[in-house]
Amino acid sequence: MGRTLSQKVWDSRVVRRAEGEPDLLYVDLHLVHEVTSPQAFDGLRLAGRRVRRPDLTLATADHNTPTVDIDKPIADAVSARQLSALEENCREFGVRCYPLGHALQGIVHVIGPQLGLTQPGMVIVCGDSHTSTHGAFGAVAFGIGTSEVEHVLATQTIAQARPGTMAVTVEGELARGVTAKDVILGVIERIGISGGTGTIVEYRGAAIRRLSMEGRMTVCNMSIEAGARAGMIAPDDVTFAYLEGRPHAPTGAAWERALDGWRSLATDEGAAFDREVRVDARQLRPYVTWGTNPAQSSTIDGVVPDPESFGDPARQETAARALRYQDLLPGTPIRDIAVDAVFIGSCTNARIEDLRAAAAVIDGRRVRDGLRALVVPGSAQVKAEAEREGLDALFRRAGFEWRAAGCSMCLGMNPDVLGPGQRCASTSNRNFEGRQGPGGRTHLVSPVVAAATAIAGHFATPEDL
Amino acid sequence: MPLDRRDVDTDQIIPASWLKRVERTGFGAGLFESWRRDPAFVLNDPRYAGAAILLAGPNFGCGSSREHAVWALQEHGFRAIVAESFADIFRMNCARVGMVTAQLPGNAVSRLMRAVEADYTLSVVIDVGDRTVSAAGETHAFPLDDFTRMRLLEGLDDIGLTLRHARDISRYEATRAAHLPRIGGA
Ligand code: SF4
Repeated sequence: MGRTLSQKVWDSRVVRRAEGEPDLLYVDLHLVHEVTSPQAFDGLRLAGRRVRRPDLTLATADHNTPTVDIDKPIADAVSARQLSALEENCREFGVRCYPLGHALQGIVHVIGPQLGLTQPGMVIVCGDSHTSTHGAFGAVAFGIGTSEVEHVLATQTIAQARPGTMAVTVEGELARGVTAKDVILGVIERIGISGGTGTIVEYRGAAIRRLSMEGRMTVCNMSIEAGARAGMIAPDDVTFAYLEGRPHAPTGAAWERALDGWRSLATDEGAAFDREVRVDARQLRPYVTWGTNPAQSSTIDGVVPDPESFGDPARQETAARALRYQDLLPGTPIRDIAVDAVFIGSCTNARIEDLRAAAAVIDGRRVRDGLRALVVPGSAQVKAEAEREGLDALFRRAGFEWRAAGCSMCLGMNPDVLGPGQRCASTSNRNFEGRQGPGGRTHLVSPVVAAATAIAGHFATPEDL
Repeated sequence: MPLDRRDVDTDQIIPASWLKRVERTGFGAGLFESWRRDPAFVLNDPRYAGAAILLAGPNFGCGSSREHAVWALQEHGFRAIVAESFADIFRMNCARVGMVTAQLPGNAVSRLMRAVEADYTLSVVIDVGDRTVSAAGETHAFPLDDFTRMRLLEGLDDIGLTLRHARDISRYEATRAAHLPRIGGA
């Protein structure tokens, strides 16, 4: 029987397999950030252990970093301590670190691919659930907790039970204005936030093949929002073209050898998945979440649903609770919902292509009066590239704040937060209660919908303007 | 303690503002910080103070990978969570730090929840050795692989366990393709 893509990569990284035990997997790349690592480094110190492979480990500061005045001392002492702890730990243990202010600093899931460190067939882990992003290159990439971070630092391996397999096939062509973000929001709306639990999801089909690497990363990024361990897409010419020439990509004869191996990374004909879901791309529209979990969404043409319309009582209650928190009434057209803030950023949608798409929508128009709009590039390099193209000036002229790279308002650990009751159109990945600040209300959207919403003052598509 | 909500995410269990700490302790006070402001929230109910078992709705622990969520629950005194299902990373994190996650059928969890709501003195017993949850005359088995069970019972150091296989790791390392990326070091 054939094997799926995830099984092939998984099997190739097994260091040790024993009956009744999880597989011991070799980790090709371990990404580290300030929030989930200090206790892990402490653990190493206490046990007198070292980092086994500093050359396969890379750290950056992203979650907690300010996005304004980054050349000044950090006002929040607790944040400052965590950021300096990362630098000190990296120095002590010999790990390369891109701290705040470094030209290569950025959101950990943006910098890996950008540097060419994320490659097909690898196992990649990071103390962050959106590590699934890297699966867009045909890598098995998943998030881990702090104890596991310590384990990987010490052993370069991770003990994991083999996950199940799931295929999500998106056939057909996307309509104009429907983006990768809408594909994944549409998938989550269909399979639910625990629809992928226990599995690695492989995204397949013509609509996925036609996505750029940036788009594929957006899709794989939100696999965790469907409960999956990881998301993957088989590498192809789009992948190789993206990788070629990046700082850590192989060159010359090594590139040719690598390509040979990468081309074999696809699910075999006839391999069976534990679960398969098919989505017709033509049915997808721009999505807007109305609730407090990423599956609670509607197309932009829809209305806020009546909780009674959900079959099962538990879902009715969850929906009713979400609408209370979000202060929305059933039947309200999505386009009639006004927002106080717009956030374009996060590891889901803050790559150069996302910023270009948002900028194209603005096209000389202005942000609605009284609305706060933020653009936070995914990395210092994305920021520099956007500035070379003049996007910063374009955003600023329109009334957007142009910020330095980091997670920022995606999780509200730094000073970029929503006030209680404020409503935000956000290109990030989580709309949990208080995610962007206590009492804040988040609606997940694509970069083009976010940009159009900033101008209209309520949810809108570029065509509405 | 009964927490009758589904899809409880780790942003609720411990909000991001608490994650700036570099220590492993001090998270208990942030447990369910925002829900706790509601006096009617179950964590504020003195009858359940000191409970070591949390009963929760399905898909408990979804969202961010923050192990801090488990540390916060532990610091508050919980040693086990019973639910119909758990998010993958959360369950993994629990196993790593000795928190028991007992997965039971939804109707069994509901019955337990109702029983504990009706009688807060009801004792619920989790036997990791037997892999069972018992209360009110009912006993339910929950899935627990031998490996995790052994580590829960014996409290073994995971890194120490893996390092017993250091030779396998070195042998594997020697076979890795030359084109795989390396970072220059600090
Ligand atoms: S941008 Fe948001 S989701 Fe992505 S790593 Fe940062 S905090 Fe996590």
